[in-house]
Amino acid sequence: MFNWIRQVLAVTRFSVLSLPQRKGSSAAAMLGIAGVVAVMVGVLSIAQGVLKTMQSSAADENAIVLRSGSDSEMMSGLGGDDTRIIAEAPGIARNNLGALASPELFVIINIPMRSTGTDANVPLRGVQAQALNVRERFRLVEGRMFEPGLNEVVVGVGAREQFAGLELGSSILVSQEMWPVVGVFEAGGGLAESEIWVDAPVLQSSYRRGNSYQAVYVKLNTADSFDEFKDALTSDPRLNVKPMREADYYTSQSTTVTNLITGLGTLIAFIMGLGAIFGALNTMYTAVSSRTLEIATLRALGFRSGPVVISVLSESLLLAFAGGLIGAGLAWLAFDGFRTATLNWASFSAITFSFDVNAGLLIQGIVFAMLIGLIGGLLPAVRAAGQPVAMALREL
Amino acid sequence: MTTKANGEVLVKVSGVDKVFKRGSEEIHVLGGLDLEIPTGEFLALMGPSGSGKSTLLNLVGGLDRPSEGAVEVGGKRIDQLSDRKLAAWRARHVGLVFQFYNLMPVLSAQKNVELPLLLTRLSAAERKKRAAIALDIVGLSHRAGHYPRQLSGGEQQRTGIARAIVTDPTLLLCDEPTGDLDRKAGDEILDLLQALNREQGKTIIMVTHDVHAAARATRTLHLNKGRLSASPIDQ
Repeated sequence: MFNWIRQVLAVTRFSVLSLPQRKGSSAAAMLGIAGVVAVMVGVLSIAQGVLKTMQSSAADENAIVLRSGSDSEMMSGLGGDDTRIIAEAPGIARNNLGALASPELFVIINIPMRSTGTDANVPLRGVQAQALNVRERFRLVEGRMFEPGLNEVVVGVGAREQFAGLELGSSILVSQEMWPVVGVFEAGGGLAESEIWVDAPVLQSSYRRGNSYQAVYVKLNTADSFDEFKDALTSDPRLNVKPMREADYYTSQSTTVTNLITGLGTLIAFIMGLGAIFGALNTMYTAVSSRTLEIATLRALGFRSGPVVISVLSESLLLAFAGGLIGAGLAWLAFDGFRTATLNWASFSAITFSFDVNAGLLIQGIVFAMLIGLIGGLLPAVRAAGQPVAMALREL
Repeated sequence: MTTKANGEVLVKVSGVDKVFKRGSEEIHVLGGLDLEIPTGEFLALMGPSGSGKSTLLNLVGGLDRPSEGAVEVGGKRIDQLSDRKLAAWRARHVGLVFQFYNLMPVLSAQKNVELPLLLTRLSAAERKKRAAIALDIVGLSHRAGHYPRQLSGGEQQRTGIARAIVTDPTLLLCDEPTGDLDRKAGDEILDLLQALNREQGKTIIMVTHDVHAAARATRTLHLNKGRLSASPIDQ
């Protein structure tokens, strides 16, 4: 075993030392793999970004209540009486204003995107004072909060960045009237940053919604209070509602879009990966061919086939690893933090998010590169080791 | 291992056929060939191109297997060894010298000579010491740190010979060792081989086209159409 390992190390060393003699084909294979990894990591970072935005929206001790049978706020509807009964349920935290329960209204308005000028469905959320206490990460970063009873809006930082005409001091068209933007807020990177918030009663009036809402967001005493809260609501004969933990709700909201992007990214990576495998195969066949003399000589001297296979595979894996590192690095430089908007298929409204090139994705990209290198190097390695020594020496 | 010509048979080739297949065509290179080489002999194998000289050398060196017949070296049937055992046997008992030297271009002369020792359990210091001795024997101590591209053809072949003898093998197999060299460098290589045979008792089989080179051997055999003879008949 010791002798075998020594052979592996020696033969692999020759492979690596002789790499500069094949720098052209080696660089081509390496850059091909780098391109595949960069695209794969780039596309998958979109899904990661959406997921991160959704996950940032949730707090462990928060819950959302929709009408039973609804999968999103868009499809839900709750009367004013319902929201009051919900606010009285056990398990909800309280402050000096009362229960930390926020009945909210959710409509969609059309605002053009900055990048394309095409209209996007932007969420317009009607909230009241407790909304800011339920969402602890809400923070006004510019201007002021809207005045209750006035046609004023505050906009999320993501919405301001992606959609046109949402700067502080400008006005937007809501229900045939121009409403001024009086403030800009952050929400810990969560989904709310893609939204525009207004006073709920004003929005009810403008959209002729009477005293109806679509969801109630609540802050519970602790995360463990959820079961008590849920049981109370679902057993109350006056209500027909579906309480969910915020984390579960946002995960369900992002499933469609993240699955779609992940599937697409994987498909693209697979197709490009096939191309890269052929590139690696070609490079390694060339490498093996240019090293026929060396490999045959080593085997004639008594080196065994196994170390030869491992040395060719090592070279291929080394190139793939370097390509993977370059690709992952490029993806990180080019995409990480890049902010854009997409449609949330669950709510048919736009969400703004940042591409998230995280450590897991980088490792995934490098592992994928190594897989390409392994497949690309395997056949040439077997060929190098399987060629009869005498024949290989005679071919020269 | 140092040996002197003592009449004891080191290599015994019995009834060996070698057939190569090219598509559906069969090419009979050697047919019913018998050969005995005593320990300590310096044998020159001559013959026209395609006569099977290198094939015979490969069979004796365990680089190839006969289609029929037996190859014994030191009393051992090497044609019956597994690939793995044959590789280990070659590493231990055979020194190979190639026409085009077959040195690793990325390694210095010293490291090239050390290569076969990587297959042993010797320490790095011991490997270095033995490689230095081998290089000294071939008169290349002063070029130990040079790479093959920095050496002349003759020096490269000397390095190849140092690599072949560094494990102190029983048998030295030389395939056209002077075929790529000018007369002067070729003579130096032949001097060296002769010295290894006479002074260290190495058994040498040398394939050559060159009558001048063959004259240095203790015996010359001619191979033609797969058959051996003592004189160059039927050529």
